[in-house]
Amino acid sequence: MRRFLLIAVPYLWLLALFLVPFFIVLKISLSDTALMRPPYLPQFDWATGIRAFVKDLDFENFWFLTTDALYWKAYLSSLRIALISTVLTLLAGYPIAYAMARAPEEWRPTLMMLIILPFWTSFLIRVYAWMGILSNEGFLNQFLLWTGIISEPLTILNTSTAVYIGIVYTYLPFMVLPIYAALERMDESLNEAAEDLGCSRLSAFWLVTVPLSRNGIIAGSFLVFIPALGEFVIPSLLGGSGTLMIGKVLWEEFFSNRDWPVASAVAVVLLLILIVPIVLFQRNQQKQAEADQ
Amino acid sequence: MRRLSWFNTVSLTLGFAFLYIPMIILVIYSFNESKLVTVWAGFSTRWYGELMQNEAFLNAAWVTLKVAVFSSSIATVLGTMAAYVLVRGGRFFGRTLFSGMIYAPLVMPEVITGLSLLLLFIGIGLDRGVLTIVLAHTTFSMCYVSVVVSSRLVTFDRSLEEAALDLGCSQAEAFRLVTLPIIAPAVISGWLLAFTLSLDDLVIASFTSGPSATTLPIKIFSAVRLGVSPEINALSTILIGIVTVGVITASLVSKRRSLRLQSEERAAERAQ
Repeated sequence: MRRFLLIAVPYLWLLALFLVPFFIVLKISLSDTALMRPPYLPQFDWATGIRAFVKDLDFENFWFLTTDALYWKAYLSSLRIALISTVLTLLAGYPIAYAMARAPEEWRPTLMMLIILPFWTSFLIRVYAWMGILSNEGFLNQFLLWTGIISEPLTILNTSTAVYIGIVYTYLPFMVLPIYAALERMDESLNEAAEDLGCSRLSAFWLVTVPLSRNGIIAGSFLVFIPALGEFVIPSLLGGSGTLMIGKVLWEEFFSNRDWPVASAVAVVLLLILIVPIVLFQRNQQKQAEADQ
Repeated sequence: MRRLSWFNTVSLTLGFAFLYIPMIILVIYSFNESKLVTVWAGFSTRWYGELMQNEAFLNAAWVTLKVAVFSSSIATVLGTMAAYVLVRGGRFFGRTLFSGMIYAPLVMPEVITGLSLLLLFIGIGLDRGVLTIVLAHTTFSMCYVSVVVSSRLVTFDRSLEEAALDLGCSQAEAFRLVTLPIIAPAVISGWLLAFTLSLDDLVIASFTSGPSATTLPIKIFSAVRLGVSPEINALSTILIGIVTVGVITASLVSKRRSLRLQSEERAAERAQ
């Protein structure tokens, strides 16, 4: 009996507040636009039963997504931005993780804390901090003008560049930590052996260190890519009207246009796109767990 | 002692400069006298004073704190139960679905979670306010708690529990006297994680809050959408300060504890 309760309480909570809402989104995405303006009709009418329920479903909203170029562009540009910023985060994060793993052992806990500390600080505030730096009169332009590198202020805020900077900045810890975990476990004598056998330092790095940190690289890349794809805060604060991201489109469809069925359809398609990377990520995690045992 | 190569020194310096300079600039400019955020006009604490007068922010901060305390506490209980079920529960009907539902919210985009919860609350006719935000935050943060707690449950020696049972403990007593103290650090960090996630959340709170209750991130977001403001700089500095003090204290406490454990172990070895 106690075991039953132990399982049932969290189970039912997740069913009611995670799975059921998800089916509601699915149902509304398949509903007639005109019917679903708030306040909308009940989800399921027990009186007419399942057949009427199925007959009412229509794919109009998904059809609508294909007719308007805005949605296509938004999905594609989200994919591109997420992909490029994942690569940039990897390029920025790998040297940091590598240096942390090679640092004297007594420094490592402090370095770890310094990497994690920004993660505990509000995400919104960290994105906001860049608004003041990247604006035309901002700190970065003032600094560059002062050093004489540029003679006119650069426009960075409200462009895709600012979005990349924002994503790299806020997700950097997610990339550094798994790579650090992989590198820290690595036996350094393997590198020494490679060098003894005639590898240069660089080729030893490519042939030994990088393959051994592969799992960390994969985990970190997914941890950046998956949330970056649905990102809302960064494009709306740092990006301009030119940077389309699907999270922002969904938000505006819902809050500004108040078109709930289309917003739901946008969400369903976004989930379908995300399923592939999520499944790949879980497989990788599983493999890693098996390798650890 | 090993020394860092110049390359590693440069990457650490640049990396930490990149992570910390934006926040340091934010903190410095929060003490700027000028209303123009980019022009330095002398030191002043004026914006902190104005912030303390701003009722809307204070109310939102109070709502946020309430939501975070309630949702992280409920999430810790539910998440610990879920972790226990996942690690010790054995087989039960729908186990795959259950573990899927534990991991899915971690990777689900917030806009989708928020949208789906809002549609549920409207569907069942629940008025949006503090309660709906608490329900929403509990749901996603219990998943984080259960991941943290289950990683601790997996690694600890099960025979300790069995020994307690052999010595006459009931299941509940064994859990309270043996299991709980061992997983306590993970439960506490799970609570802290849930608490921070709840304080931080903008997207899900925007969907699930109504006119009667606004949280601080929602207020900050609508203020900063219009541009940088010195009041928000002051508010951000306070929040950064609280987090920094909290994290440093926590790490010092855990360091002292591990040092004490080490010296106890050494003493025990000497005694043998």
